[in-house]
Amino acid sequence: MSTFWRNHRHWMAPTLFIMPGALLFAVVIILASAQTIWVSFFDWDGVGAKQWVGLANYAQLLDDPQFHVSLKNNLIWLAMFMLAPPLGLALALLLNQPIRGMRVMKSLFFVPLVLASVTVGVVFTWVYDPTFGLLSLIFSSFGATAPALLSDEHFVTFAVVVAALWPQVAFCLVLFLAGLNNLSEDLIGAGRVDGARGWPMLIHVILPQLREVSFIALAVTVIGALRSFDMVAVMTSGGPFGSSTVLAYQMYEQSIFSYRFGYGAAIATVLFVIMAVFIAWYLHTLLKPEREGV
Amino acid sequence: MYPRPLADDAPFRRFAYTSMVVLILALWLVPLMAVMATSLRSFEEVMAGNYWGWPKSFNFIENYMAVFTQTAMARYFLNSLIVTLPSVFGVLVLSTLTGYVLSRYRFRGASLMFALFVGGNFLPAQIMMIPVRDLMVSIGLYDTYYALIVFHVAFQTGFATLFMRNFIAALPDELFQAARAEGASPWQTLWHVVLPLIRPALAALAILTFTFVWNDYFWAIVLTQSDAVKPVTAGLNNLRGEWVSAWNLVAAATILVAIPPVVMFFLMQRHFIAGLTVGAVKG
Repeated sequence: MSTFWRNHRHWMAPTLFIMPGALLFAVVIILASAQTIWVSFFDWDGVGAKQWVGLANYAQLLDDPQFHVSLKNNLIWLAMFMLAPPLGLALALLLNQPIRGMRVMKSLFFVPLVLASVTVGVVFTWVYDPTFGLLSLIFSSFGATAPALLSDEHFVTFAVVVAALWPQVAFCLVLFLAGLNNLSEDLIGAGRVDGARGWPMLIHVILPQLREVSFIALAVTVIGALRSFDMVAVMTSGGPFGSSTVLAYQMYEQSIFSYRFGYGAAIATVLFVIMAVFIAWYLHTLLKPEREGV
Repeated sequence: MYPRPLADDAPFRRFAYTSMVVLILALWLVPLMAVMATSLRSFEEVMAGNYWGWPKSFNFIENYMAVFTQTAMARYFLNSLIVTLPSVFGVLVLSTLTGYVLSRYRFRGASLMFALFVGGNFLPAQIMMIPVRDLMVSIGLYDTYYALIVFHVAFQTGFATLFMRNFIAALPDELFQAARAEGASPWQTLWHVVLPLIRPALAALAILTFTFVWNDYFWAIVLTQSDAVKPVTAGLNNLRGEWVSAWNLVAAATILVAIPPVVMFFLMQRHFIAGLTVGAVKG
């Protein structure tokens, strides 16, 4: 081993260790993302020369009714996804009982979480099928006809979000069960001595201790809602008549099917800016203890 | 414990409670159970419209054999394995290295680098779609296994770095001081001190990464095109279009896609949950 290496390995070794991961991540994830923002200022069909158009893509977005539909649907996703943390918490409270067989039942409740979103999409497409679906079965048992949810432009997004909530609630359930396992027995005992029960107990004694878990559940839910793509692609392809598109899907469609890469990049950039707010909020909270600690 | 545990001496209440949970669980899993049942039905039964009732006949072997022999599902399944396993390995290696450095060395920009790893992992896939696709086309990897492997390794390294960094940071300082006192090089410290202690973390990370990569749909359709490379998720969606009325076969294929992650989950549930809640336990 050369002296040079021995004298310098205290900094060269860590540099060599971190390089492969850092370089790969920097090129494929960070640089690529930055490049998309750059592409959004061009008119580009993906093959030929790029033509600088400045903010024209963004100006066009403002007048694009499809973009408004996507934005509105992203808002619906976001609002409805807010149901996932409370539902996950409710399920966690239900399941956090030392009863025989509860462990197995908990595991079974987690299953939707590990399913591919394509699987969830296929499963729920059948649930919603207007002739043979579970929904039509339920409706016809009341003598009614089931609405064709996935081909009705007023219901379609709600139907897709309900399907997407299935794994998301399971995710929140996992987080809250872990949180309930870390509660302080002393505080609970003190609460019980003071006669706290029911809602006051939950709100004043339990929830404050679940703050960190709730924050993570909320953050992953918000980010999951904004990132939604798979379910829309699998269940509706954005239809009928583009009524269920979200920004992520519209971007894909514009780029891959319409060869409008610059325009697609502009949509991706808008989505990125919206999400960056939430990512920054998440990072800020996640890294706060470290900044104070150092 | 919260909520207050049910009393041991109230057997009826315990029974009623358990029954309620079982009922809710049944409702929770109805869609999945129906797909499992349908994957056993005969084609005649499907044509007759029995999708949600108890199967009239059990065609387990016929249906699943048909999926393997009459559709490209076996190919897709193999493709997914070929993409997923090396990706998991790559992520484990790279994130052990990055996590080790970020947790045990102080240098300027370390926090920024860490924030980029974590933040980058939350970006929407679409923000990097065009350049990543371009990159893969220009270096000739588009529509090969390597395109997916390279992308997944890069992307998952973000979350995995957060994971490994937190785990290695929680190891006792004395170990590292002792290693330094013995004159161990950084590499020796990593190999002989860190690696034996992080096996549980590697297991958790392996199963999480496996699930994420196996379940990916977006990059499967963006970076591949031909059946020879296409992973199961994209394959299943194709199958659905080709075999519109053969619900029993599509159901069997759907179950096949779900089996690897579900089995992994049940085998290593503790690791899986510890992995998912890593941020919650120690930020």
